[in-house]
Amino acid sequence: MVMGLSMALCEEGVIDQTYGHFHTRDLAAYHVATFADAPEIEAVCVDEEDFHTSPMGSKGVGEIGIVGTAAAIANAVHHATGHRIRSLPLSVRRLMDAEAPGNGT
Amino acid sequence: MKPFRYERPSTVREAVALVEDDPGAVYVAGGTNLFDHLKLGIVDSRLLVDVTGLSLDSVDVLPGGGLRMGATVRNADLAAHPEVREHYPVVSQALLAGASPQLRNMATLAGNLMQRTRCPYFLNVETRCNKRDPGSGCAAAEGHTEHNAVLGASESCAAVHPSDLAVALCAVDATVCVRGRAGTRRIPVTSLYRLPGKHPERDTVLGHGELITAVELPALPMAARSRYRKVGDRASFTFALVSVAVAVDTDGDRIRDARIVFGGLATKPWRATRAEAVLRGAPATADRFAAAAFEELSAARTTPANAYRVPLARDTLIATLSDLCEER
Repeated sequence: MVMGLSMALCEEGVIDQTYGHFHTRDLAAYHVATFADAPEIEAVCVDEEDFHTSPMGSKGVGEIGIVGTAAAIANAVHHATGHRIRSLPLSVRRLMDAEAPGNGT
Repeated sequence: MKPFRYERPSTVREAVALVEDDPGAVYVAGGTNLFDHLKLGIVDSRLLVDVTGLSLDSVDVLPGGGLRMGATVRNADLAAHPEVREHYPVVSQALLAGASPQLRNMATLAGNLMQRTRCPYFLNVETRCNKRDPGSGCAAAEGHTEHNAVLGASESCAAVHPSDLAVALCAVDATVCVRGRAGTRRIPVTSLYRLPGKHPERDTVLGHGELITAVELPALPMAARSRYRKVGDRASFTFALVSVAVAVDTDGDRIRDARIVFGGLATKPWRATRAEAVLRGAPATADRFAAAAFEELSAARTTPANAYRVPLARDTLIATLSDLCEER
């Protein structure tokens, strides 16, 4: 879930369009969520066997679990601000640009 | 790895002599910024003079009020100091807004003030940078400009000053105590940093070998009602997109005096004297707060990639002033 939150709010690989290198070339520039970004999280185990996803009947708990996270957070941002932002991450810059006159949604 | 010499003298006099005698020498305390630069090849120092053995790590209340904070007091200790928290909350908040707990345990007061820009072109030795390599040009001017300064930049350099602490210290009229071989001098922290002009390689007015020994805070009753507010791309361990240090003194619904400093926007901590002038004697209303922000920020020069910093700074200032003025 923190991976999904990080994708929704922080992570962005930026390529420098002038020089062709990565602008986000280390973990100081490429942000992942910190402990302080993570809210209280309740993890719930789904008590069922699912042989469609694997022969063992198990489901993944990594990327599988983050599919809806970014969409949920984007919906929350829309609910809070009225702006429907359709590219990730939902950064301060994207929010301020959406607020700018003429860019409203 | 390139070899370098390391000394850990026990007196300020010895430390200053070691660095002044060698143009390739540099002071080191926590090393949280310098060691990165050595590894990245941004600096090429032959001699590291460790100042953590100089007994500059105490915080003392000055006679008549005010505080003298030793240069090598760790950021974590300073943020937690009861005198700082009670009388200068903006300073404690700014310290806690920066870096991570591990870094704050190592980093020192003077080291924080002397940290260098995080402009990505300064940090990438494969690109041109007048601050790192004077005269080579500024790759940031034509590159990804989102993190370029919108105030105080020159044709040579648009690197943002990174310190949170320096922003807060500018708001409470701190003075930096400096020792060189020629003697001591005292510099208001608002005069410590240079605008880049044609010489962005010089961040401060300090000469080679001059050592910060302490920072003094004056007795300033209005600093008890102060706040540091930082906007970043995540909740901690990031540099400010915009920050503001504010202290206010009110008389009923009127502002008697205000101190405002912007961080994250400019090539040095940006004391907003024009905004302060608009507020002095004015009613504490959202309209006046907006007028103050406009007065200061209308000088901003932006690109499409960093234009959002200006309304972000405006909104952050208005919100911080509103919060502070509601507390009485």
